[in-house]
Amino acid sequence: MSSILPIAFDGITYASWLFLISAGLTLIYGVMRILNVAHGSLYALGAYAACSLAGAWLGGGLPAAGSFAMLLLAALLVGSVAGPLIERGLLQWMYGKDEVVLVLITYALFLIMEDVIKLVWGVDSLLLPDPYALPGNFQLGGLTYPVYNVLLIALALATGLALAWALYRTRQGKLLLAVIHDRDMSMAMGINVSRVYLATFAVGATLAALGGAFTAPTIAVTPGIGVEVIVLAFAVVVIGGLGSLGGAALGALLVGLVRSATVRYWPEAELFSIYAVMAMVLIARPKGLFAAQEARKI
Amino acid sequence: MKAAIVAIAPLVALTGLALLSPQWLVFMAMLALAKGVVVLGLLVLMRTGLVSFGQGLYFGIGAYAAALLSHHLHVADAAVMLLAGAAAAGLIAALLGLLLARYRDIFFAMLSLAFSMILYGVLVKSAALGSTDGFNLHARTFFGVALASGVERRVFLIAGAVCAVVVALLVHRLLGGHWGRLATGVRDNELRVAYLGASPYRVVYVNYLIAGAMAGLGGALAALAVGHVDPEMTYWTTSGEFVFIAILGGTQSILAPFVAASIFEALRTIASQYAPNVWQMSLGLAMLAIIMFLPAGLWTLAERRRRSV
Amino acid sequence: MSAVLTAKGLQKSFGAVKAAVDINLTFDPGTVVSLIGANGAGKTTFLNMVTGYLRPDSGQILFGERDIVGLKPRQITKLGISRSFQIPQLFNSLSVRENLLVAESIAAMDDPQAAADETLTRFELAPYAAQKAGLLPEGIRKLLDVSMALSSRSKLLLLDEPTSGVSADEKFAIMDVVMGAARAAGVTVIFVEHDMDIVARFAGRVVAFYDGGIIADGSPDTVLRAENVRRYVIGEEIPHAAA
Ligand SMILES: Nc1ncnc2c1ncn2[C@@H]1O[C@H](COP(=O)(O)OP(=O)(O)OP(=O)(O)O)[C@@H](O)[C@H]1O
Ligand SMILES: [Mg+2]
Repeated sequence: MSSILPIAFDGITYASWLFLISAGLTLIYGVMRILNVAHGSLYALGAYAACSLAGAWLGGGLPAAGSFAMLLLAALLVGSVAGPLIERGLLQWMYGKDEVVLVLITYALFLIMEDVIKLVWGVDSLLLPDPYALPGNFQLGGLTYPVYNVLLIALALATGLALAWALYRTRQGKLLLAVIHDRDMSMAMGINVSRVYLATFAVGATLAALGGAFTAPTIAVTPGIGVEVIVLAFAVVVIGGLGSLGGAALGALLVGLVRSATVRYWPEAELFSIYAVMAMVLIARPKGLFAAQEARKI
Repeated sequence: MKAAIVAIAPLVALTGLALLSPQWLVFMAMLALAKGVVVLGLLVLMRTGLVSFGQGLYFGIGAYAAALLSHHLHVADAAVMLLAGAAAAGLIAALLGLLLARYRDIFFAMLSLAFSMILYGVLVKSAALGSTDGFNLHARTFFGVALASGVERRVFLIAGAVCAVVVALLVHRLLGGHWGRLATGVRDNELRVAYLGASPYRVVYVNYLIAGAMAGLGGALAALAVGHVDPEMTYWTTSGEFVFIAILGGTQSILAPFVAASIFEALRTIASQYAPNVWQMSLGLAMLAIIMFLPAGLWTLAERRRRSV
Repeated sequence: MSAVLTAKGLQKSFGAVKAAVDINLTFDPGTVVSLIGANGAGKTTFLNMVTGYLRPDSGQILFGERDIVGLKPRQITKLGISRSFQIPQLFNSLSVRENLLVAESIAAMDDPQAAADETLTRFELAPYAAQKAGLLPEGIRKLLDVSMALSSRSKLLLLDEPTSGVSADEKFAIMDVVMGAARAAGVTVIFVEHDMDIVARFAGRVVAFYDGGIIADGSPDTVLRAENVRRYVIGEEIPHAAA
């Protein structure tokens, strides 16, 4: 009984992290029909940018609390520079291709970005421990937890709510939903689909980078950190139903809780459990929890 | 018949290579052969319109099956290991295929990826199998004939070449006939296939099974070549490599996977020497170039030349 | 003679849309029946239910004596019901001949090559044999679609708008070929059609659909003249009788 609280807390922490990354992935898929393998590289880019910016901030002797702002700034920078660069420079020429071909194209992009990151930041690990240690610890169920994790949960919640608000309550969001619902119709109605795609990709990239930036203080940032993240995010998004924001949230929570319970009682099965959940969900609902299971008209 | 004659040329060439060239080249040729077999299996699957991002699963199963025989059951015969690799992978594919054959497009791609990651997750955590380090295997006989140390790899290469040629001819026959057309039918229009009275599910299932068994054979070959297995063989980046080689070669010919795998291995060997940090980038750029300019893979180049002659 | 196909009390709705409302129909062997009705009247839905693509919400479909509700399209095809589609369903990357080869091989012909060649001739498709199905003109696609349906040697052939998307002067030629082949094969034919001239020329019986139900059923003469058919199906302006 006493273990329920820690399991839940760990699970929710992990889910928050997963959600930040998966939300961008599912958004990009929903609007652009691209399952972006390079999403993991954008995550890594966010982490590296965070190390550089927050490292410079702290190295300059500026107040440590400001390093959080640097993490945010890193994500925004990646999203607003790398995002549009990728969309305008590569993806915009690929629209209309088969979904599997688009996966291959972003896989190629992923390979390229992995090496670009190595060329820019080198192959040695970077460390950014200060923001993690700064807020201190608290006690829960006899165990000590970093307050930073609470911040992460709050960040994910805020991001999720902001996204939901933007999608369902603003004019731009409703345009986006229109494009998701019927692309040809929206084009006929004069919606500038090209601009919508650009914006979507930038937002999605920002979300990936946000996940990376706020993970950077908790890990050693090394080449390849994006590699595992991307398949995890795929699992979450597929569980929830491709293109569904609520699905990503639910998928993240499910995976997070299952993982933390497994880590507690059967640590060897950690990775196994995550993908087993995914397989089981897909067996029951072939297109994920929140996707419409529709039949084609003939 | 013509195909059989054409197949003899590479067989002779590989045998010559096996007998005459330095060890490192033998090693490289064997890896290329192993991956070529896996990719040829992937082509069988792609004929139905499906791309698997999880062939590393069967590559790993084949490799681990061979290595377990050697390491835990003290079977030292390479031929048995190759058979076991293909059989073990085929068996798992027969099971998972029951489920996976229901899925299409990216769902198929991602679900197969997930299954390979499940195995990866199990392997890295099982201490008995060496966790992330994996473990070694050693084959000392081939069909019962003892192998002098130092020549094993040369013998394996010839064995691998024979396997590859036989498998390639079988695939050639399979895809050249009714089954190949039916598989294309499934790719083009499943509805019509069903409305002609055939089961698209069954076609996908059988091709998935074939692809799995072939990946297992390739995995066992690779294990023999390297003399070592580790979880990396099942990781999604390994699966991605297979897809890459398939795209590189194109789907036009059964030789394409082997040519592409050889180019791939040669480039990788060079890159790891001289430019380890831009290897992936070059792969990515090459892949984009192929998708944009050579939609049928490198084979389009050969075809274009043939037509212009 | 007992019926080839019997539908009893078929119901089907999609949300608020009622696509089939208590459909009762019987089809005798060797007949040629045309289904008519405005867009969205439920004709295709009827064919989809008969072939197992859609499951009726309730009701029975008997093929001969056998209830086929719940069977899959593949199983129903094997029992002896085949169909063509409003939008031809072909293997676009294969040639016309290969399309037929797939069909004949599935039908387990001893000599698929010969059977395919025979079909090519019968449907006047021989000149197109080597062309990719994806690049054919619409009329030829329609013919190929029907010829593939017939290659399963079925007892009952369902054609969904065999002449739609084809120019007016080609329609009769296509129907002549199709009906000639159907007659030679001795199958019962049910075809959906919007062109009343075609209906009058080829059908022995006409069933008119409106809003998921049947509003007329009988010989072409009587059905095509019926007032409600002219109003709701053919779309003529018929002045209401003064009250
Ligand atoms: N799979 C489906 N999902 C939702 N609604 C459907 C589906 N299939 C058909 N409908 C609806 O059912 C009604 C009947 O459609 P159906 O296709 O049977 O019409 P039809 O008589 O064949 O018309 P047409 O002449 O245009 O082909 C229509 O309102 C259609 O929108
Ligand atoms: Mg219709």
